[in-house]
Amino acid sequence: MFSWLQKNLPKVVLTPSFAVILWFIYGFILWTIYVSLTKSKMLPRYDFWGFKQYIRLWSNMRWYTAVENLLIFTILFVLICILIGILLSILLDQKIRAEGFLRTVYLYPMALSFIVTGTAWKWVLNPTLGIQKLFRDWGFSEFTFDWLVNRDMSIYTIVIAAVWQSSGFVMALFLAGLRSIDDEIIKAAKIDGASLSSIYVTIILPMMRPVFMSSIVILLHISIKSYDLVIALTAGGPGTSSDMPAVFMTQMAFHRSEIGLASSSAVMMFLTVLAIIVPYLYSELRRQDASR
Amino acid sequence: MLNQTVKTLAGFVVSAGLFSGAAFAGGHGAQAEVLHWWTSGGEAAALKVLKDDFAKNGGEWKDMPVAGGGGDAAMQTLKARVVAGDPPTAAQIKGPSIQAWDDEGVVGPPYHVDEVAKAENWDSLLSSQVANHMKCDGFTKYCAAPVNIHRIDWFWANKKVLDANGISMPTSWDEFNAAARKLQSAGIIPLAHGSQPWQDATVFEAVALGIGGNDFYKKVFVDADMSAMNSPTMIKVFDQMRTLKGFTDEGSPGRDWNVATGMVMEGKAAFQIMGDWAKGEFTNAGMKPGIDFYCLPTPSDHGYLYNVDSFIFYSMDGQSKIKGQKLLGSLMMGKNFQKVFNLYKGSIPARLDVPMDEFDMCAKGSASDLNYSAMTGGLQPSFAHGMTLSLATKGAIQDVVTEHFNSNMSSKEAAKRMADAVQDTL
Repeated sequence: MFSWLQKNLPKVVLTPSFAVILWFIYGFILWTIYVSLTKSKMLPRYDFWGFKQYIRLWSNMRWYTAVENLLIFTILFVLICILIGILLSILLDQKIRAEGFLRTVYLYPMALSFIVTGTAWKWVLNPTLGIQKLFRDWGFSEFTFDWLVNRDMSIYTIVIAAVWQSSGFVMALFLAGLRSIDDEIIKAAKIDGASLSSIYVTIILPMMRPVFMSSIVILLHISIKSYDLVIALTAGGPGTSSDMPAVFMTQMAFHRSEIGLASSSAVMMFLTVLAIIVPYLYSELRRQDASR
Repeated sequence: MLNQTVKTLAGFVVSAGLFSGAAFAGGHGAQAEVLHWWTSGGEAAALKVLKDDFAKNGGEWKDMPVAGGGGDAAMQTLKARVVAGDPPTAAQIKGPSIQAWDDEGVVGPPYHVDEVAKAENWDSLLSSQVANHMKCDGFTKYCAAPVNIHRIDWFWANKKVLDANGISMPTSWDEFNAAARKLQSAGIIPLAHGSQPWQDATVFEAVALGIGGNDFYKKVFVDADMSAMNSPTMIKVFDQMRTLKGFTDEGSPGRDWNVATGMVMEGKAAFQIMGDWAKGEFTNAGMKPGIDFYCLPTPSDHGYLYNVDSFIFYSMDGQSKIKGQKLLGSLMMGKNFQKVFNLYKGSIPARLDVPMDEFDMCAKGSASDLNYSAMTGGLQPSFAHGMTLSLATKGAIQDVVTEHFNSNMSSKEAAKRMADAVQDTL
C-alpha cells in the first residue's frame, strides 16, 4: 500500500486539478462551441441551429467594427510596447545612476488595474477637462486633441492608454534578458571595432528571441481579451466606434440575451488566438528541440 | 442527483457562479430572498421600508443585493441561480423580460402571487397597461408586482438661465430649436447630454414620440414595424437628432448622466432630456421645482413614456417561500410602501389610489399626465429603458441610434439600417 502510494502519489495529487482543468476549460470551450450552433437567447438551449449565428455575426456591422478595431489595436499595441520596452531597457542597461528608482517608475503603471488606467486617461484625454483644455488655457486657442470624442480616432486612445500601462512590463522582461547576457560578448565585439548600436542590433537583440516570444504572447492575449480598458476609457464609444470583440461578446451575452450570437463571437476570438499563437509556439518549440 | 449536478455546473458557465444563498433553513414563517441592485442612497433607503414591513409581518428577509453596472452584474447572478434550479424568491425584473422568463418555464405555473392579486383586486388598482406588464401565461395571471412609474420624456431646465435669456419652456421641437440657437449665441450649452448609448436612446425616444406622434411611436417601438422604421417620418426624427447633436458640447461622448445634470444645475447648460431620477440631483442640492428648475414633458401630443420597475416571482417549492412571495407581493402593492418608496425614488406610485399630496409638483404633474395620456393613447412604454421589445431588438435599434448620433451618417441611411438591424433580431 505504502509503496503503491509512493509510486503513484504525483498522479493522485495531480488528478483532481487535471480533471478540473479538463472540465472547466476544455469542457466549456466545447460547450461554448456547441451553444454557438444553437438558437440560445436568454438561457442556453440545446436545439441545433447550424451555422446561422455565424451568418448573423458576420452580417453585423458592429462586429466588423470590433474586428477591425482589434486588428488596429493589436498591431499597434504589440509593436509600440515592444519598441518602447526595448528602448527603455537598453537605456536602463547603461549602468546609469538611480536605475532602481527609474525601473520602478516605468514598471509602476503595471500595478494599476486597467479600470484605473482607463478612468485616468478618460479625464486626461477629455477635450473639456484634460490636455486640450490645458493647452487652450495656456493660450493656444486653436490647439485640438479630441481623439477620445472623435469616432475615427477613438481606438487610438485605447492604444495610448494600453501602451502606457504595459510597455514598462515589456521593459522589465527585456532588462532581465539583457542582464543575462555575458559582458564578455560586448567587450569582444567592441575590441573587434563594432559600434554600440550595431552590437545591440546585430548581436544582442537576436539573442533575445525567447524574450520576444514571451512578450508577444503576453501582449497578444492582453489585446485579444481587452475589455476593462475599453469599458473604462470609451465604453465602446463614441457610438460603437471603439468596440472590441470582448465588449461585443459581453454585451450580447449579458445585456441583449443573445447567448448564441455571443458564443459564436467567442468562438471567433478563440480561433483568432489559435491562428496566431499555435504557429508561433510550434515554430519556436521546434527550434528549441532542434537546438538541443 | 446527476441532473442537479449538471444544472449546477451549467450555472457556472453563465457566470462565475455566485451561489451565496443556496438554501434556507426550515421553518414555517414567511421567507423571502430578494435579488435587487438598489444599493445606493435613496434607493436603498426606499427598499428598507419594504424590509421593515416584511419583518413586521413576521417574515424573514434575506437580502441579495448585487451592486454595479445598472443591474448587469445582478442579471448574471440571476441567470446562474435560475439555471442551477435555485432562483431567488423575487428579483428586480421589468418589462418584456418578465414574459421572457416565463417562456423559459421558470416562473410558473402555479403563479402563487396571482392568488394575492385576485384577492386584493390588483386589476382595479393599476392602469391596465401597467397591469399587463406584470402578467404571465399569455397576460392572464400576475407573476410580478410593480413598485413605481418613472417618466422618461422630461425636459429638465435651469430657470435662471432661461429667464436671463428670455426663453419660456418650449412646447414644440421647433420652438426648442429656436430657443437653443438663441442660447448658443449667448454662449450657453443648450443641451446637456452624455452621449452614452442608453442616453442617446433616451433622447431619441422622446424625439420620436414628439415628432412622429403616438401612433408612430407605437408602430416602431411596440409593434417593431419595419416599414415605419424605414419611413420619411423616421428620417425627420433622425434629422432632429442631428440638430440636437449640434446643441451639445464637445465633451459630451461618454459623459455620465448625472454630470450632465450637474451642468444644468450650474447654469453651464440650459436643458437636459432625462428620466425623473434626475430630479434627485436637483433636490439634493436644495433646488426647488418651479423656482430653481423646470420639470416639464418634452413636446409631444400628450405622450407619456413610462418605465415601471417591478419584481418578478419565480416558481417556488416549500410553504414558507410561497408564503414569503405572497406577503412580499401584498406589501409591494401596499399603499404605504408605494408612497414612501416613491417619495425617496423620485418616481410616482404604480398604484393609482395613492394620495399624491406629499409629492412635489413634478411628481404631481407626472401623475395627472399619466391618467390623461392613458385615456388619449399617449401612454407608451419606454424603449430605451427596456419596457418594450426584446432585449436583442432594443439593442439593435440602440446601436443604430448611437451610431447615427455620433457620426455623420445620413438620416436616410440610419432609418434603413434600423429596419435591417431589427429584421436580423426577429
